[in-house]
Amino acid sequence: MNDLLQFLSFSDPNVRFVTIGTMILGATAAMVGSFSFLRKKALVGDAIAHSILPGVCLAFMLSGSKDPLVLIVGAFITGWLSLIIIDGISRTTKLKNDAAIGIVLSVFFGFGILLLTSIQQSGNAAQSGLDKFLFGKAASLTQYDILVFSSIGIVLILVLLLFYKEFKLISFNPDYAKVIGLPVKFLEFILATITVLAVAVGIQAVGVVLMAALLITPASGARFWTHRLGTMIFIAMVFGAISGFFGSFISYVAPSMPTGPWVVMCLSFLTIGSIWFAPKRGMLAKYRVQHQNQQKILKENVLKLFYHIGEKENDFHAERSIEQLLKTRDLRPTELKKGLHLLKSENTVRNKDDKWLITAKGLNEAIRIIRLHRLWEMYLNQRLKLEPDHVHNDAEAIEHIITPEIERQLEKELNYPTKDPHQSIIPYIKE
Amino acid sequence: MEVALETHNLTVSYNRRPVLWNIDFKIPVGQITGIIGPNGSGKTTLLKAIMGLVKPSSGYCKLFDQDLKQVRERISYVPQRESVDWDFPASVMDIVLMGRYKSSNLFKRINQSDRDIAVEALEKVNMLEFSNRQISQLSGGQQQRVFIARSLAQGADLYIMDEPFVGVDAATEEAILNLLTEMKNQGKTVIVVHHDLQTAKDYFDWIVLLNTRLVAVGPKDDIFREDLLQEAYGGKLNVLSKVGDLIKEKGFSVRERK
Ligand SMILES: Nc1ncnc2c1ncn2[C@@H]1O[C@H](COP(=O)(O)OP(=O)(O)OP(=O)(O)O)[C@@H](O)[C@H]1O
Ligand SMILES: [Mg+2]
Repeated sequence: MNDLLQFLSFSDPNVRFVTIGTMILGATAAMVGSFSFLRKKALVGDAIAHSILPGVCLAFMLSGSKDPLVLIVGAFITGWLSLIIIDGISRTTKLKNDAAIGIVLSVFFGFGILLLTSIQQSGNAAQSGLDKFLFGKAASLTQYDILVFSSIGIVLILVLLLFYKEFKLISFNPDYAKVIGLPVKFLEFILATITVLAVAVGIQAVGVVLMAALLITPASGARFWTHRLGTMIFIAMVFGAISGFFGSFISYVAPSMPTGPWVVMCLSFLTIGSIWFAPKRGMLAKYRVQHQNQQKILKENVLKLFYHIGEKENDFHAERSIEQLLKTRDLRPTELKKGLHLLKSENTVRNKDDKWLITAKGLNEAIRIIRLHRLWEMYLNQRLKLEPDHVHNDAEAIEHIITPEIERQLEKELNYPTKDPHQSIIPYIKE
Repeated sequence: MEVALETHNLTVSYNRRPVLWNIDFKIPVGQITGIIGPNGSGKTTLLKAIMGLVKPSSGYCKLFDQDLKQVRERISYVPQRESVDWDFPASVMDIVLMGRYKSSNLFKRINQSDRDIAVEALEKVNMLEFSNRQISQLSGGQQQRVFIARSLAQGADLYIMDEPFVGVDAATEEAILNLLTEMKNQGKTVIVVHHDLQTAKDYFDWIVLLNTRLVAVGPKDDIFREDLLQEAYGGKLNVLSKVGDLIKEKGFSVRERK
């Protein structure tokens, strides 16, 4: 707890730097990754991330320096090289794209590990810390590192803003973009370049192994919350930033821990949360809608009971016992009681002890449902030429769905009928 | 006859295997032309070759007697509806506005006059009330109309549409047809890929009958002849497809290199 407070107070300037830096890295990766996600190129990000390792090692071996600018040049070269090779393999051989990605990823990564091991054994005094590229160690970043990476991150954000509408089009419909003469190759080149750069700086926080998660997971979580591309990217960036924040916190309170796995944990948490709780698209929302529909159907069916008995006995306002209601329709007693209590809370039925009666409001509602049912039966019978004995079950389901507009349309098309195919009266609400 | 589209000796292959052989025809300006042929006869491929999306292995296309590059802004393409993922996060308006993107002004923002044009296009296809609807929530016919609206927003002279009548209900079909007629009355040229013979005669003025090779081209009354239709829709051209297979297997190219 104390750790958290101390961390949050930002009293240590280094903490401040590292935190803001990793948040920017996370947000940048999420932003660029949104387009990888939409273009269904999630695996490509993974390949780039793994292919960057040998580049970093080679840059270090050749220059002997850990200057982030030098390392990024190396990272950039092998990152791009991997893209070119993947493209070449899938264009000239029979191998599918995913196979090409798999090959490039493992070959580059294997080579990277080889180089990394040999650097570590060389006893070079400056080598310590290169292994952070595997799983990430946010807290070990220097202020200079952070400055460089954040600047790159900000440049990437600007580039994306500049090409936003073009990137949107080539993600949705690249053929159309080509046809109207957009320089699609050039735009794809820019997009690939900022992806490589975002990965190259992002691995500082999470390491190569888990970098793909930082690209793709925020976007896939954000997709649940919105249908707008701009909003989706924004939410993804917030997710990325939050997990960056979390990663640097872990790095700070548990210095021996690698950052990457924790960042990914945090991201997974956010994404799974989105899958469950997002409005409309989330599982809970879907479940709630289903539940509400079921309740609506139950309530409407119970109201119809009162109407049917009333119709038969020519008295809509008499009290009915549970037994009488149950006899009219195949309903379980528990369901019926649940329905009655739901209706009571809406003042559409009332009860005196065990006797239930329908209120004026409830009767209007029942009339509406019966009307829809019989109108629909009429429609099926007249328009679809279904036999009268075949229309009931269908109408049972549709009566709960028909909206007032469709109702009006039905009436008009059927020329305001008064009787349904079974010669029952189609009731109207009397004003 | 003023020519809107000319293909000259066009041959197109996928992985060396030709799917269009020596296609050679001209289509007049100001008419509604149907490109008709059975499934897999290369209709989509022909459009893609015209629009520069696949490279021909030989031959060329001319639009208004010029290369595509020079007349790009006068041409509008409506791809097959299934060619995109409709789960993309965008609204109907977003998609129609794409019709206003131009290569000549890459960084230009969308402005109010673009929006007005998009609204007008949506109105024409009767989709204005859906302008804020998410595209993932559209029916097939509505998707098709959104694509047509995007194309209208471009304000072109020649419209090239891939199967706009597939998977739409009768009402939408009629609406699209009226729209095409209206466009024709304004002097626009419309080329439509279609695979249903039944309706083709009512829809089009000119017909290109295609089955891997050009079967016939001309005013519809000349084309709707039993023998020609039989030729296009009847049996497969066995020798032709066998040779195609051979070319692929043996690694030849369709044309000898000089
Ligand atoms: N990208 C591709 N790679 C390889 N072969 C292809 C490709 N696209 C199409 N083909 C082949 O080319 C032939 C023509 O295809 P095309 O899509 O042009 O036909 P179509 O007339 O549009 O058919 P449909 O009516 O089904 O849309 C088919 O045999 C198809 O299998
Ligand atoms: Mg096709």
